[in-house]
Amino acid sequence: MWVRMLRPSISFLGVMTVLLGLCYPAAMAALAMGLFPHAAHGSLVFRDGHAIGSSLIGQSFTGAGYFWGRPSATSPQPFNGMASGGSNLGPLNPALADAVRANVRALRDADPGEHRPVPVELATASASGLDPDLSVAGVAYQVPRVARARGLSQEALQAIVDAHTRSRLFGFVGERTVNVLEINLALDSMSRVR
Amino acid sequence: MIADALFQGQLIVLLGAVLLCVKPLGTYIADVLDGSATRVLGAGRRFEGLIYRSCGIDESRDMGWREYATGLLLLNVLGAVVLYLLQRWQGLLPLNPQHFDAVSADSSFNTAISFVTNTNWQGYAGESSMGYLVQMTGLAVQNFLSAATGIAVAVALTRGFSRHSRAAIGNVWVDLTRSTLYVLLPLSLMLGIVLASQGVIQNFSGYQEVTTVEATVYQQPRLDPTGRPVRDATGNPLTEAATTWTQTLPMGPIASQEAIKELGTNGGGFLNANSAHPFENPTAFTNLLEMFAILLIPFALTYTFGRMVGDTRQGWALLAAMLVLLVVLANVAYYAERGPSPLLNREGVDQLASALQPGGNMEGKESRFGISGSALFASVTTATSCGAVNSMHDSLMPLGGFVPLFLMQLGELAPGGVGTGLYSILMFAILGVFIAGLMIGRTPEYIGKKIEALEMKLASVFILTTPFVALLGTAVAVSAAAGRAGVGNPGPHGFTEILYAFTSAANNNGSAFGGLSANTVFYNVSTAIAMFVARFWPIVAALAIAGSLAAKKRVPVTEGTMPTHGPLFVALLLGSILLVGVLTYVPALALGPVVEHFKLAALR
Repeated sequence: MWVRMLRPSISFLGVMTVLLGLCYPAAMAALAMGLFPHAAHGSLVFRDGHAIGSSLIGQSFTGAGYFWGRPSATSPQPFNGMASGGSNLGPLNPALADAVRANVRALRDADPGEHRPVPVELATASASGLDPDLSVAGVAYQVPRVARARGLSQEALQAIVDAHTRSRLFGFVGERTVNVLEINLALDSMSRVR
Repeated sequence: MIADALFQGQLIVLLGAVLLCVKPLGTYIADVLDGSATRVLGAGRRFEGLIYRSCGIDESRDMGWREYATGLLLLNVLGAVVLYLLQRWQGLLPLNPQHFDAVSADSSFNTAISFVTNTNWQGYAGESSMGYLVQMTGLAVQNFLSAATGIAVAVALTRGFSRHSRAAIGNVWVDLTRSTLYVLLPLSLMLGIVLASQGVIQNFSGYQEVTTVEATVYQQPRLDPTGRPVRDATGNPLTEAATTWTQTLPMGPIASQEAIKELGTNGGGFLNANSAHPFENPTAFTNLLEMFAILLIPFALTYTFGRMVGDTRQGWALLAAMLVLLVVLANVAYYAERGPSPLLNREGVDQLASALQPGGNMEGKESRFGISGSALFASVTTATSCGAVNSMHDSLMPLGGFVPLFLMQLGELAPGGVGTGLYSILMFAILGVFIAGLMIGRTPEYIGKKIEALEMKLASVFILTTPFVALLGTAVAVSAAAGRAGVGNPGPHGFTEILYAFTSAANNNGSAFGGLSANTVFYNVSTAIAMFVARFWPIVAALAIAGSLAAKKRVPVTEGTMPTHGPLFVALLLGSILLVGVLTYVPALALGPVVEHFKLAALR
């Protein structure tokens, strides 16, 4: 019986491979690139004519005058677009406590006068290692440092933060976040790091 | 608590949207597959006929279960062979702008089995190993065909109940073609284009290099001229400082693959971080949409079942049992994750939920999803056979990680994979009426068919294969040095990593505790065997039951017939599912997440 069914099996797989493996993604690409070209190509952000990143992909920021994003556990460098992923450290792993301690220390070193507890999103690694966003708490924690480094008043900086804060979908789905690359580029366009 | 209300709101909206679609979509699937949807079938007639003619398929042939099963197995084995060869010959094939070389033999074997079985366990990292041609014509094609296989088996088993005195269960090619052409493909096109509008990429360009705003300074392993890492006197690898101004962004046809990945409950990501990656799941809206897509067809098939057997109440009863399990366990996951972690209490970290942050255990989670969107996704992806992840399950709290593990161990039927969920819960329905029959001393019946020794034997084989494979695989891995070598976290969590791997493989889920280094010969081969056996052995058993039931006469409903559509039956069904799941897995769970939970609690 199975020999008789071999021909339909092979032909069926061939036909479906052409239909689902070539025609379907090609049709989707034609639609997506036609209707949403910016999104289809990775939501790239340009400055002075050069691609400087994607608004969907986080970047590493370590300067005092920039908002820092979520810690990234990609290797060898953080925010490595070629190796997305998280730390995969378990909840009892001492290495998790070490990593969190290192993240907290880096923030403290950048702003020694700051004694508030560090919001958890600034202390823990994201799932993708490329998280472009940060909670409002994570941004608020850094406002005094960034304001000082840029010679802005905290009120003026807070107004920029508020303008960049995205609300929840329908008021209850998702979280209120700030896109870190976008707000840093906005800061660069209006002030310099001193 | 506001955060808790937001979670419940999201759960209600998600399930509400899915439930609204159950009747229309379930009706549509039933009518397409039994040939009564004349308008749709008429419109696609010429194209459908072309497929049959070009493949030499006699669409009018009604097959017995053996022929049906042979066709399915042949197609799936051939699919695995082709997918294996595509990966091995990748370096010679076009549409590979990054010029990725051939994938290793053991990894290719694992991935081929993994995608054919609807598991989509990923030992590889997509962005650094798979070219676009392999992703599209290999992986995505199997995403469709493995989901169509699930629908075909579910419908064939349903025909076992709806037909009588006739030992045929349908035509395997017609069922596969119609599930693909009229259900999976149009839904994928719709979902894919919405995802693309939100930022999921779809192109065939090479990877994009961007110049970042700040330089990234980091440590990298120091290599000798031959490319091997240099070690110091004590054997530790040496590192050196490096600086980069560039970030490489992966590109590719992701939206088309993302859509079928969720709708077909496949779960294999185009990129390593899967649905946590912003290019696969960029916003809270796409996150909700992806969860909706995962649940859509499995829930709708309960209505398809009810409609095909001529009593939609039977389908709603199955759906009710699925819903109870999903809602309860999703809540457990959420409350486990939102609490502060005692480990981080001493580190000066603010973990409390407030108006400004979700708080909780954010290690391995994305800011845009928070605790709610991550805990819900983890539950949805393991209550089905999807296995896509939007958070790193390895970093979940002990009870938060227990939920996905236990949802898989219950057999993935709340609502389960596309098709697999329906036929899996029907096996427990058969077990349930059998237990009830023993208690009241009557021959068990379900949907007008006597359940006799043959059906019970086959249903037992079906139900026991998966736990047997999962626990045997775990036992072998913890006993073998090669198995223990993969463990990424110390203590009971390391054991849970192994248990999770084989539970995921045996249930064809594909999610992982990713700290386990599974891209090794040992894990690639052992999990591939687990996936294959636990996929096709139960499928053959289910089709054999279908053939046996279809040949039986219909038993008239009498006063003595136990109703199988009321709350009593739902309770009986839930009881059978929990009885088997809990009794089988409690010892293993006690050694893993349960011990870890108490160890963590002791830190307080």
